Amino acid sequence: MYKIVKKRELNPTVTLMEIDAPLIAKKAEPGQFIILRVDDQGERIPLTVADFDRNKGTVTIIFQIVGASTELLNHKVEGEYIADFVGPLGQATHTDGLKKVAVVGGGVGCAIAYPVTKKLHQLGAEVHAIVGFRTKDLVILEDEFKAASSRMELMTDDGSYGTKGLVTDALKKLIEEGNQYDEVITIGPLIMMKFVCKLTQQYNIKTTVSMNSIMIDGTGMCGCCRLTVGGKTKFACVDGPDFDGHLVDFDETMARASTYRDFEIKAHEHVCNLLKAEVK
Amino acid sequence: MPNMSLKKNEMPTQAADVRNKNFSEVALGYSEEQALDEAKRCLHCKNKPCVTGCPVRIDIPEFIAKVAQGEFEEAYKIIQRSSSLPAVCGRVCPQETQCEQVCVRGIKGEPVGIGRLERFVADRHNELSRQKPDQPKGNGRKVAVVGSGPAGLTCAGDLAKKGYSVTIFEALHLAGGVLVYGIPEFRLPKAIVQKEIDSLKELGVRVETNMVIGKVLSIDELMDEYGYEAVFIGSGAGLPKFMRIPGENLKGVYSANEFLTRVNLMKAYKQDSWTPIHNAKRVAVVGGGNVAMDAARCAKRLGAQEVYIVYRRSLAELPARKEEVEHAMEEGIVFKLLNNPTEILGDDKFNVTGIKCVEMELGEPDSSGRRRPVEKNGSEFIIDVDCVIMSIGTSPNPLIKSTTKGLETESWGGIIADEATGQTSRKGVFAGGDAVTGAATVILAMGAGKNAASAIDKYLTEK
Repeated sequence: MYKIVKKRELNPTVTLMEIDAPLIAKKAEPGQFIILRVDDQGERIPLTVADFDRNKGTVTIIFQIVGASTELLNHKVEGEYIADFVGPLGQATHTDGLKKVAVVGGGVGCAIAYPVTKKLHQLGAEVHAIVGFRTKDLVILEDEFKAASSRMELMTDDGSYGTKGLVTDALKKLIEEGNQYDEVITIGPLIMMKFVCKLTQQYNIKTTVSMNSIMIDGTGMCGCCRLTVGGKTKFACVDGPDFDGHLVDFDETMARASTYRDFEIKAHEHVCNLLKAEVK
Repeated sequence: MPNMSLKKNEMPTQAADVRNKNFSEVALGYSEEQALDEAKRCLHCKNKPCVTGCPVRIDIPEFIAKVAQGEFEEAYKIIQRSSSLPAVCGRVCPQETQCEQVCVRGIKGEPVGIGRLERFVADRHNELSRQKPDQPKGNGRKVAVVGSGPAGLTCAGDLAKKGYSVTIFEALHLAGGVLVYGIPEFRLPKAIVQKEIDSLKELGVRVETNMVIGKVLSIDELMDEYGYEAVFIGSGAGLPKFMRIPGENLKGVYSANEFLTRVNLMKAYKQDSWTPIHNAKRVAVVGGGNVAMDAARCAKRLGAQEVYIVYRRSLAELPARKEEVEHAMEEGIVFKLLNNPTEILGDDKFNVTGIKCVEMELGEPDSSGRRRPVEKNGSEFIIDVDCVIMSIGTSPNPLIKSTTKGLETESWGGIIADEATGQTSRKGVFAGGDAVTGAATVILAMGAGKNAASAIDKYLTEK
């Protein structure tokens, strides 16, 4: 059992939790992920590590309430326990030798973009952070990104906060201004990463994407998380989750990500009804 | 007087058209009468060929003699001396190619039903015995076992009986390895696996779940920082193989590992499970091993109308156990033999719509001694399916190899280990099971775990 030592709602649908997991905290690096089960009947869900504290022995996760399991997780309070928490899995984000980087995060993907932003900043690289959200109420980690970057562009789709527009608009502007990036690192919805890659391809800038595929074991055993990269089948859990964005087949990946959407919607409704019944 | 019937007592089973709609166990087990009758078929040969045929060398005639006398608990104790998992082996061992293959009764008629008797004895014990195993006297020395499948459980059990303080490190949230994620409930009920693991815990074995060795902790950390004097690696088979044909990443294409893990470990067949699975109507399973049979039979039980086994050689070359093939056929699985997939077809939404195959014929024998299948020109055809399960084997997981300096592996990734002892290229590190041999059977993994346990004991005693 793993204790929830801190819980904070970042916005109405995104929650931060700090989990007591000293062995994982000792080794975790930006880009890696954990797999958790809320309870004994739970499914295994992968979440990318949002932060870690090696001294306190805690690992931070930030999740959006999208389905049954994240709803159940969000129902847990500080001091309670979750059944399983395993990691750090996958390969760490490659940061060696990077001098100037643009990190592009979208929505809850910003939670995953943050630790690598922080690491690059600590390593002395010049980091430009571009973070995008649908609307003002959904903005997360604004102060954190500001502190870990030398320039930050905050975008909202509806213009309710920051600059109105898409992250690709901001990235294009920064590139056009003459910023020469060694690499662009982008984490967010698949469709956003696809268009970031399309843009950076035009400028021939190496682009790393973080793939949040459907997984079960997360150790290379089941092959559920596979995707096509440069014409070859790769497993996000052991070969990734980071890949060269210019080589990823996004259309196929987006289709695979939708495999269980109907099931998930039904399961989520079912859980909400159960929780409501409990409250009554 | 021995019972000279040429035939084994038949195993009672659920009727085929009933069992292919449920996940309850197919074989129901001998009654006491059947067990007594079958035990009397053993001739108690002096040279005991059956014992030589058993990878863990159970004293088969001795336990059968006790069954014949009705002393079932005594029979259990004899099996237990050599095997840590009798209820499991009685169900999933390929006895027909091991102990029963060399049984003298098999020369004329059927061999003694050794596996069925083993199962009877183990089930009887589990049902009736409340006796706790004797706690071995501890010697205070720590051994780590990586993986809680058949190799790891056997190695851990044998070492614990010798007094070692054993900790098993399991990557998943539940112990049992392939016995819980791979082999389906209807062939090996999970309560039986749990019972075997509980008895190991009673012996003092500790099980730590959620421990992916190579990630959470390395082998070196286990030895240098945590004080384990020896390590046994029984991490099992690894990454599923695919055919590298077009369409393998469509929605509705599974590796057998994924499909079986969803069904068995994550209980996707139960109403209250949160783990989803494709609600397929027509399923093609590619491959001909036991895993392919398991996947096909699970798909049928989940409600598929048509389930095909697509295999590129003929019936004679099917690597699955004969009994599994027969059960699958009885349950209505359709065998498309001498057919090889060339492409998986999909619609514009990336859903599987069919599998394109080509007919094969058998040519000259290849390196495996089996006749090589050759394509028949112009024989392509399409089977309409909405789900494809690839069951063509696995390649070893690189997690341990890549994080353990000096651990040598074969070019295909298997850990190099001495066949008799499991000794690897690293001092104090032993390995066995699928991690060494590539995909094989439960009992071979158990044999390797057993050999490694005695080698570890010898190594630590002499150290």
